[in-house]
Amino acid sequence: MTGTAAPHGPMHGLRVVELCEEVGEFAGKLLADMGADVVKVEPPGGSRTRSYAPFVDDEPDPDRSLFFWHYNTSKRSVALDLDGEEGREAFRRLVADADVLVEDRAPGWMAERGLDYEDLRGDNPGLIHCAITPFGRSGPRAHDPATDLTILAGGGPVWSCGYDDHSIPPVRGGGNQGYQTGCHWALITILTALLYRDGGGGGQFIDVSLHAASNVTTEAGSYQWLVAEETVQRQTGRHAGVNPSGPTQVQAKDGVWMNTGLFPRRPHEFRILIEWMQELGHYDDYEQSPLLEVAAGMDRMLDMGRAAEDDEEAALLSAGREAMIFLVQRMDAYDYFYGAQERGFQVGIIYAPEDVIEDPHFIARGFRTEVEHPELGRSFVYPGAPYAFQGSPWAIMRRPPLTGEHTAEVLAELDSA
Amino acid sequence: MPKALAGYRICDFTGQLAGAGATRHLAAFGAEVIRIEDPVNQGRWDILRGQPPYKDERRGINLGGSFNNHNVGKRGITLNLRTERGKELLTDLVRVSDVVSENFSAGVMDRLGFGYDQLRAIKQDVVYVSSSGFGKQGPYGTYKTWGPIVQAVSGLTWTSKLRDLEPAGWGYSYMDHTGGYYMCIAILAALHHRNMTGEGQWVDMSCTDAGATLTGPAVLDYTVNGRPTRRDGLPDSNHNRWPPMAPHAVYPAEGEDNWIAIACRDEPDWHALAAEVGEPWTGDQRFATLDGRIEHEAALDEALCGWTTSRDKFATAERLRAAGVPASAVQRPGERIDHDENTSAWGLWPTVRQTDMGDVRVDGVPAHLSETEWELEHGAPNLGEHNEEVYGGLLGLDADEIASLREEGVI
Repeated sequence: MTGTAAPHGPMHGLRVVELCEEVGEFAGKLLADMGADVVKVEPPGGSRTRSYAPFVDDEPDPDRSLFFWHYNTSKRSVALDLDGEEGREAFRRLVADADVLVEDRAPGWMAERGLDYEDLRGDNPGLIHCAITPFGRSGPRAHDPATDLTILAGGGPVWSCGYDDHSIPPVRGGGNQGYQTGCHWALITILTALLYRDGGGGGQFIDVSLHAASNVTTEAGSYQWLVAEETVQRQTGRHAGVNPSGPTQVQAKDGVWMNTGLFPRRPHEFRILIEWMQELGHYDDYEQSPLLEVAAGMDRMLDMGRAAEDDEEAALLSAGREAMIFLVQRMDAYDYFYGAQERGFQVGIIYAPEDVIEDPHFIARGFRTEVEHPELGRSFVYPGAPYAFQGSPWAIMRRPPLTGEHTAEVLAELDSA
Repeated sequence: MPKALAGYRICDFTGQLAGAGATRHLAAFGAEVIRIEDPVNQGRWDILRGQPPYKDERRGINLGGSFNNHNVGKRGITLNLRTERGKELLTDLVRVSDVVSENFSAGVMDRLGFGYDQLRAIKQDVVYVSSSGFGKQGPYGTYKTWGPIVQAVSGLTWTSKLRDLEPAGWGYSYMDHTGGYYMCIAILAALHHRNMTGEGQWVDMSCTDAGATLTGPAVLDYTVNGRPTRRDGLPDSNHNRWPPMAPHAVYPAEGEDNWIAIACRDEPDWHALAAEVGEPWTGDQRFATLDGRIEHEAALDEALCGWTTSRDKFATAERLRAAGVPASAVQRPGERIDHDENTSAWGLWPTVRQTDMGDVRVDGVPAHLSETEWELEHGAPNLGEHNEEVYGGLLGLDADEIASLREEGVI
């Protein structure tokens, strides 16, 4: 499913110039891994993200940053000094020949160098220029400093994430998701503009705001207010809500946390649970097992609404819930996850990234993507595809580039064009 | 202004946010998205249909607030695929569509007789995009999920926590949004590929795969260096190590459950913050270098808490930003929606008219396009609201035929 060289990815033939660091370089990766020819323009000393840890074998070096590696697969690198006229001229020629320019420079940066959309479109009316900035190109805070943390704090996600105990600060989810969400929106809008061009339309300028992107990526956080002016409150490991809900995280015998998901409500679900507990030899030690029998013998599904006023309904629901938790605590997390899901129960093991890459399902889907690094004489496993294109496969076409590795090659292509 | 996706027709079976969220963006740019719902259960396969929040005291299948948000700009028809006539009508609809999109459980489309092989027999270059929790292929293909389960299994819940505490996770279905974004990208990319080559295809999406692409550097630190994230009380996601920044966290502010996020990217940021704080501890030798601030991060955070805790979150954040330091109030929904010029004045919360609900605000698109701007005018369709338009106008059935379809329970 991944890694095959032919046929090409769906973006094959698309020429992209990327002028991005940590905010936008994920957008370039998404295009490049779908087959686009993405030329990353870096300053002569290399992109700042080459200095970000972690490094291969913990040896800091611009060509050994795993942070840079992840976000720059399948690209070529051209080193240009955009503060000098020679570099700017090469950049203009590069863009004149491209379908898409994606950049994450601060508002004003491109215009100061004569490299903004208005400067570039003359030589290339079909150009799609996408700018990704913290607050959009205009507006009262367009020039304010921001990072992933402050974007997610101001944009809504942090308000909804954290713990039941509100004396603990709310939490930013890891992995620079504020930047990545902006890049997802860059892709959606770039591809939309490209389809417009496919149909005979011209190029255009796209202004993506990270702040706005986070604001529309909060589910109930936004629509609960937009529709009903109600405010959700954060809860440990589960949806922030207007009204509190019951806990859903339990630690398994091996210490790994489990999302307990949905508990049994239908008679056949109780029957399956009873048989599973018997198989594991835990049925007889469970104090409420007679209640499970009652629930399994019912002729209807238990009703959460009814439990509020009906003690027996509440007791039966609680017996099922407690039985699942009783099992989690006596099993290793994976055994519980596998056993429960195989029996139709919706539960989730709380994997760390290192667990995901070793999981049999991800392995079977080809998620582990082997990439050769001839410069180190080694190959490494990268995360794989977010989607499985059956006719035009996603692939890491080449390892992330060394600093300026393709400068001569790309400039020679321009000369011969 | 022209619509970028005018002329593209989507035969859309998606629901909830993970699916419906994908095709809503196509509608915002002018694609004709025809949402197909089952008349027998009143479209309740999508568990959000008719569900809260509600705009007023009225309740009903067409009045659900989240359903409206996720389905703005689409058309809605009813179609009973248990009937032969229903299957014929779907065949006619597929024949005139560019895309078939769905996020049913694995196997449902095949059982209905509309798996990819059947779809391409009807329309050779169809783009078929399916999305589910674990994808159609692989050993967990039949496993059940919703957002929090996807986030748990893909590593996103674990990487959202504070030191030594249990996972905090994402307080909402982040992967329903993001699964929808990836599904939308897949549809658009497959359409471009079709435009270039004349070839359609099937794209199988797994939301857990999609989620697992969002923790890349941590995966590489494990596969390359053998270093897991399960160690030393980590993860600790309000702090930042790639690159290292300190101070970098969420600090208490004046008032109940008020917080401010502050991030010092480099030495100039730290010196600017220290000058604004102006308290003796900022000169503590332990904090003089980045390495020192990282080593003594707990003491640093505690000291900074002492300064922030009696201060207004908005005024303090503004003051720090003016000094060049990234800072932001942790905004509540009402604050960022009704009192933030960077959203409201930016046009992020358009008001749409839903036929039964009336005027209601929805999430907009977080980008502006100079030539083909997005537009959301109409709310989500009522159940079967566009039956006449689609069966009559598009498929050419006359009024009597449509009436008898309704009588026979086909639509």
